[in-house]
Amino acid sequence: MLKMTHINRVYRTELVETHALRDFSLEVETGEFVAVTGPSGSGKTTFLNIAGLLEEPSSGTYQLEGHDVSGLSDNQRAKIRNEKIGFIFQSFNLIPDLNIFDNVDVPLRYRGFNASERKKRIEEALEVVGLGSRFKHLPSQLSGGQQQRVAIARAMAGQPKFILADEPTGNLDSLMARQVIEILEGINSKGTTIVMVTHDPELARRAHRTVHVLDGQVANPETHFVSQGVTEHNAPNNAA
Amino acid sequence: MFGYYLRLGIKSIRRHPALSFLMMLAVGLGIGVSMTLFSLHYTMSSDPIPEKSDQLFAVRIDNWDPEDSYYESRPDEPPPQHTYRDSQALLTSDIPTRQIAMHKSYFALDGGNDDVKPFLVTSRQTTKDFFEMFNVPFMFGSSWDAATEDALEQVAVLSKATNEKVFGGENSVGKTIRLGSHDFRVIGVLDTWEPKIKYYDVNNGPIDESEDVFLPMSLTAALELPAGGNTNCWKDEEINSFEDMLNSECVWTQFWVELNTEQQKAAYSDWLDGYVTEQKALGRFERPMNNRIDDVMSWIKVNEVVPDDLTVLVGLAFLFLAVCLFNAVGLLLARFLAKSPVIALRRAVGASKTSIFSQHLVEVGLIGLGGGVIGIGLALLGLMGLSKLIEDIGTVASFSWSLGGIAIGLALGATLLAGIYPTWRICRVQPSSQLKTQ
Repeated sequence: MLKMTHINRVYRTELVETHALRDFSLEVETGEFVAVTGPSGSGKTTFLNIAGLLEEPSSGTYQLEGHDVSGLSDNQRAKIRNEKIGFIFQSFNLIPDLNIFDNVDVPLRYRGFNASERKKRIEEALEVVGLGSRFKHLPSQLSGGQQQRVAIARAMAGQPKFILADEPTGNLDSLMARQVIEILEGINSKGTTIVMVTHDPELARRAHRTVHVLDGQVANPETHFVSQGVTEHNAPNNAA
Repeated sequence: MFGYYLRLGIKSIRRHPALSFLMMLAVGLGIGVSMTLFSLHYTMSSDPIPEKSDQLFAVRIDNWDPEDSYYESRPDEPPPQHTYRDSQALLTSDIPTRQIAMHKSYFALDGGNDDVKPFLVTSRQTTKDFFEMFNVPFMFGSSWDAATEDALEQVAVLSKATNEKVFGGENSVGKTIRLGSHDFRVIGVLDTWEPKIKYYDVNNGPIDESEDVFLPMSLTAALELPAGGNTNCWKDEEINSFEDMLNSECVWTQFWVELNTEQQKAAYSDWLDGYVTEQKALGRFERPMNNRIDDVMSWIKVNEVVPDDLTVLVGLAFLFLAVCLFNAVGLLLARFLAKSPVIALRRAVGASKTSIFSQHLVEVGLIGLGGGVIGIGLALLGLMGLSKLIEDIGTVASFSWSLGGIAIGLALGATLLAGIYPTWRICRVQPSSQLKTQ
């Protein structure tokens, strides 16, 4: 599904050069649920941005579903993001003046689906996250947990091949966090690959495996390659 | 997607009503000022009789002082008017399809109606072809004919407004009015006739209103009807009687011909040369031959109907529009950059730069449209203000549908053009730089 080889990402200013990722290699198989952990500034978010085609690596190769996606044009990357990748952010990133229905509709609009197809997908996605009766609510009328569930519905409405989640429970209390992680596990159980950046060791344990990033590199390289799909490195999904 | 962008644009405007209104007001102010002056310029420079303006010609011949030109600043131009005897002589040509001589007068009009006190009117003494030549419509009756002119019948044609005032708008044909000390029988009443520019006689200003009463010019000599427009004289000659005035070198009459073909025009030009040559032989027309036949648009240009000052003002108004747009661009930029996180989110979930550009350009267009509507309102107020301030400008200080269309088009075009920069800037937002910071 996702294969990064010798990725480097360097941010340069006039005064300083920062190596966010250095010789970063990681492979994620289809259907995996991978947790990416590491201290602040270790390069987790940079990895996620590159994985989500939001940034380009300074060097190295990145293959998505077997295709090299380095050097694609901006519009090509936008198309791949729209069709293959779902994003979930720590701050939910819902559009405040759009209601729930319209927020979930955003990626579908750029996909070019007709109105009835979009409506079907939005309703299905909101049903899955338990917000089937809140179409007309604005984000400000929902709790944090509900907002994150809307964000998940938005990520899954386009039926992407994999979902990138950046601290999806970071702004939630433990109860809401558990609800969110259970939804993600449900999505993953249907075959969607999930890569989740998290600080929370408990959440990380619920993933199939954990990749620890330190100083821009994978600190536990022995876990970073999985050839048989779901790994045995972490406890089963429902153990936590 | 246009419908989607339109909906997003409306939502965005409604989310920030005060800022949106401020931007629309900035655009509207520029549009309002520029359209107020542009509409004046547009009307004054428009063809007042497009159906035949290339067939109507103002005739000029140069009888002026051999030592000094009529116009100090434009010595090559002959006088704009004719002596009475020249205009009478020019009427003898059989080349034009139609031809008219004319002059203006002022009278006190008494309609014999006790409810309406005598009031001052402007009259135009002219020849029978005037109404057909300038496509003047009649509501009642008709013009006079050659026999009426020859018989010196005291007949009059009233303007619609005069007929309204004196006879309450009813058919007054056959009734009598008194102008000064003479009675005239009404033989016709005009329908609405308000040429935007009084091109047929610009002596008292091109935005002067058309006359209240029209009389046969054959009565000028018979009844000694005075000249009421501009009268300009150069020759040191004794003028002690009305007859002296008629035979003088003073210019106070206007002359127009209708020439439908190039051959007619060439023949008439030759005829005019012949007339002046003949007069030179009699000791008149001492200046070099300088005859002009100008069609309506040339005549408007020669007479500087559109003053240079107005053209400069229009230019300044468009500069003001540019300043207003510059302010609107600043506000747009601030508003768009404040939306960076939302743009980043849209980019992250698959919006191309083209989609973001289009979405925001539609929003800019909506602001331009709002600015255009405000601009039209302000332009209408501006033109109303000008009408109150400047007498007689009402006929040109008017706003038409076409000018409304120009205002909307200009507002949209200018705002879209000005909006390209902020829209381009917002398209360059890096999604990764914004998503974490929301």
